[in-house]
Amino acid sequence: MSKTRRSPIAAAPIVLISLLVLPVAAGLWATMSPVLRPISGQDQGAFMSLWSWNGLWPAIRLSLVTGLAATLIGLAITAALFALFQGHRIFRVFLRLVAPFLAVPHATAALALTFILAPSGWIMRGVVTLFNALGIPISQTPPDFITINDPGGLALIFGLVIKEVPFLVLMCVAAWAQCDAPRRRLVASALGYGRITGFWLTIWPVLYPQLRLPIFAVLAYSMTTVDMAMILGPSLPPSLAVQISKWITLPEPLYQGMAAAAAVVQLTLVAATLLVWRFLELMGRAISRAQFQSGIRGLSLDGPIKFFGLVFGLVGFGVLIFGLLALGIWSIAGFWPYPDVLPQTYTPRVWAEAQSGVIKATQNTVILALLSTVTAVLLVLAVLQSEFLGKRTYRAQRIIYVPLLVPQITFLPGLYQLTLTAGISGQTLTVAFAHFIFVLPYVALTMGPAFRAWDIRYAMVASAMGASRKKIFWQVRLPMLLRPILISSAVGIATSVAQFLPSQLIGAGRIETLTTEAIALTSGGNRHLIGTYGLVQSLFPAIAFGLALWVPTLTYRNRRTLRAPK
Amino acid sequence: MSQKLKKIALLASLALATLFLTLQAKAQDKMPTVLPADWDNVLNEARGQTVYFNAWGGDPKINAFLEWLSDVARSRYDIHLQHVKLAATSDAVARVRSEMRANERDNGSVDLLWINGENFAMMKSGNMLFGPFAEQLPNFKYVDRIGKPATLKDFTQATDGYESPWAMAQLVFEYVPQFVPTVPKNSTELLAWIIKNPGRFTYPQPPDYLGTTFLKQILYEVISDQVVLQSLATQAIYEKETAKLWQWLDAAHPFMWRQGQGFPASESALAQLLADSEVAISFSFNPGRASAEISAGNLNPNIRSFVFENGTIGNVSFVAIPLNSKNKFGSLVISNLLLDPLVQARAQDPAILGFMTVLDIKSLNLEDQAAFSQLDLGVATLAPDLLGKSLLEPDVSWMSMIAQDWQKRYGVLK
Repeated sequence: MSKTRRSPIAAAPIVLISLLVLPVAAGLWATMSPVLRPISGQDQGAFMSLWSWNGLWPAIRLSLVTGLAATLIGLAITAALFALFQGHRIFRVFLRLVAPFLAVPHATAALALTFILAPSGWIMRGVVTLFNALGIPISQTPPDFITINDPGGLALIFGLVIKEVPFLVLMCVAAWAQCDAPRRRLVASALGYGRITGFWLTIWPVLYPQLRLPIFAVLAYSMTTVDMAMILGPSLPPSLAVQISKWITLPEPLYQGMAAAAAVVQLTLVAATLLVWRFLELMGRAISRAQFQSGIRGLSLDGPIKFFGLVFGLVGFGVLIFGLLALGIWSIAGFWPYPDVLPQTYTPRVWAEAQSGVIKATQNTVILALLSTVTAVLLVLAVLQSEFLGKRTYRAQRIIYVPLLVPQITFLPGLYQLTLTAGISGQTLTVAFAHFIFVLPYVALTMGPAFRAWDIRYAMVASAMGASRKKIFWQVRLPMLLRPILISSAVGIATSVAQFLPSQLIGAGRIETLTTEAIALTSGGNRHLIGTYGLVQSLFPAIAFGLALWVPTLTYRNRRTLRAPK
Repeated sequence: MSQKLKKIALLASLALATLFLTLQAKAQDKMPTVLPADWDNVLNEARGQTVYFNAWGGDPKINAFLEWLSDVARSRYDIHLQHVKLAATSDAVARVRSEMRANERDNGSVDLLWINGENFAMMKSGNMLFGPFAEQLPNFKYVDRIGKPATLKDFTQATDGYESPWAMAQLVFEYVPQFVPTVPKNSTELLAWIIKNPGRFTYPQPPDYLGTTFLKQILYEVISDQVVLQSLATQAIYEKETAKLWQWLDAAHPFMWRQGQGFPASESALAQLLADSEVAISFSFNPGRASAEISAGNLNPNIRSFVFENGTIGNVSFVAIPLNSKNKFGSLVISNLLLDPLVQARAQDPAILGFMTVLDIKSLNLEDQAAFSQLDLGVATLAPDLLGKSLLEPDVSWMSMIAQDWQKRYGVLK
């Protein structure tokens, strides 16, 4: 057998590993090395300094609680949405909103929520304006409430859930065709199960395995996010990821060392939390089995969950929609003081000033997104196909996930040094490769499950009819997996567009993208600019997500079982 | 272990070994330093160069000013000035540090850097800066070295010509007159106002730069002997002199914004709270900021500013040239251009930036003096004679000890 013709596809995992070994090693080396160096002027090492920080345990607890809670709640809402509303008009409306929701950068979404919820935000402005109109006396200055940045991290969890649900919904859409859901639902309801219980007992066990990796991505992201946690989270202390990003900006070697030690702690923490999640999975399975044997139909669950789902959906996404609307207004607003509900004047100035920078940056953004995403998608497809053909898979492949777990700011200087040594710094192709490193894990996480869940009996039928492996791949498998492939491409494009540090640092400040412009300009907290650049940044991901959801409905219009859930 | 796996392992370890060797390699050769002794030669060499000026990009007014400066540089000196917009100075410092480690000695990506005191001290002691150059710049003779001694000292460290000043800053309080009928003249009166007006005052969370500056300002007010702030803080002196600072904060925090259970993240976050009327007294390092923001339509036109009667902390913005800058001649010309009287006058115009000049106006010719005297400083800007005494930054050791102590005392909610 081993003497048969070697397929080039067998080399795909090796190509993948060798492409990433060097950059990941360089990044990890840069992350870890300050930990090992003694800190000048300190009689203790980096870890000792970190242990003596009184905020360490609260920060770890905060990262853990917000990450786990946001992921669990987000997942529960997504599951409830599919269990209760799939087939309903509300579901179709929500699906249309998924693309724009996903396209909005996390920081923009967080700032949008801030402008609604803050004591000087739209809600309070509305209340004051209403009271004034009714002649009821009320303070004309904002109340001193804690709404955002609450010590418990509730505002942060709220923000994370709102950004995660659309992503998880998208992942379910990608997985749906491989689940045979309609028939399972039919059987469950014929046996008298309620929608929630029926979904949980029949569809969830086949849907969940496809969601596991995307959930890991969501969990890791929620625990390591900096921008959202900085805007919505508490600060006494902040989450570990935010604290790292703060220490790293301070020039003293003490803080550099503590940031590095904390980065190692974060890496360990995320890995440990993924294990905890595996434990939760086992618990879920045990519950599900017990439930199955008990025969409880759970019809009474549907009503209350539907009610809570609707309330949360309306409030949560209402806040986001109004927040984005407010940012849109800010982008053309003149003077807009508290407690006015609308600006006193309007001006196109910010848009006019943004024009020249945006046009220049757009070209780079598109080139980088396409280069990195197309490469990542092709490579992941090749690796998955080689795995399918029974070629070796390597554990070493897992290094592709390392860049997701380590803070970019400690990881990237090592990568930059590598590009300098290689004499390729500051070039578009080099930056595209840096993007590729961060795009790749998301593409793999979002495409792999659907690819692996494909029903192998299609291949058997085709093979029995005389089709070659190649033909089966190109004419049966690829067309059937068009939706997950397009969706993970869109995720890849959105990931690339959102990259700030890889573009800025690896590009040596030479490659301007929409996000380098946006992050630098909005670092001053100017709401006019945040509104303008939030919209500009969302444009390309929105187009990508829109196409990924729309193109398959065209090509599948005469393929009933491949259609999206409605 | 299969053959393939062995190959991969071998490849990986080879790659790693190469990486470590390259990264560990220390700089052997010293860069020849260029001194601007012969300015015409500098101008000639600079012609056609592209200068990558790495500067914070978070203020549209500064970005517009640098765009204008770029036009001047092109038409006057045939230099292409490119503003690399940073979200944080440390991003550019990290880049220079990586370049130094990779032995990139004369092809660096940062030509000119807008730098702050902490990063300057670190880069200078780490041999990462080109110089001395500042005092050889032709326009440096206009700099007010006597009246503005901070132009030669950055956080009590002598600049030694390794950075060139371009803007003066001084801590000023911004307030809404409606809520502050009489402005506090000192920290005691400020504390009384805070207690009387709960929830309407806060400061950026240390170790944020402006936040620690506020703590140092209060320290200046409550300290018995200001002179000790100019030298290294020993543990004994530090503990004795800061006791009153912590007393002041302990008394104020319960009456601050969010009862001291939360603080804005940065200078811009504090500024947003003033714009949203959440606080009624705020502060900034730029005396012209309020006027500039009012004329940009971002701030209530009734806002005014005040200072403490015993003075407030002053500070200077500098530019530095990294040792591995690729276009040093161009960077020298731009550093000099930033000191040009007309450029300085434009920067001081509140409709443009509102940054105070580092120059000694009296040393200028009459025409240039007129450019300054004709400036309308704006409704909220204190005239130079009302700005009071500019206090020197305390030694950098005070700042880091205070920031650490603050973290221990208030950084984690009880």
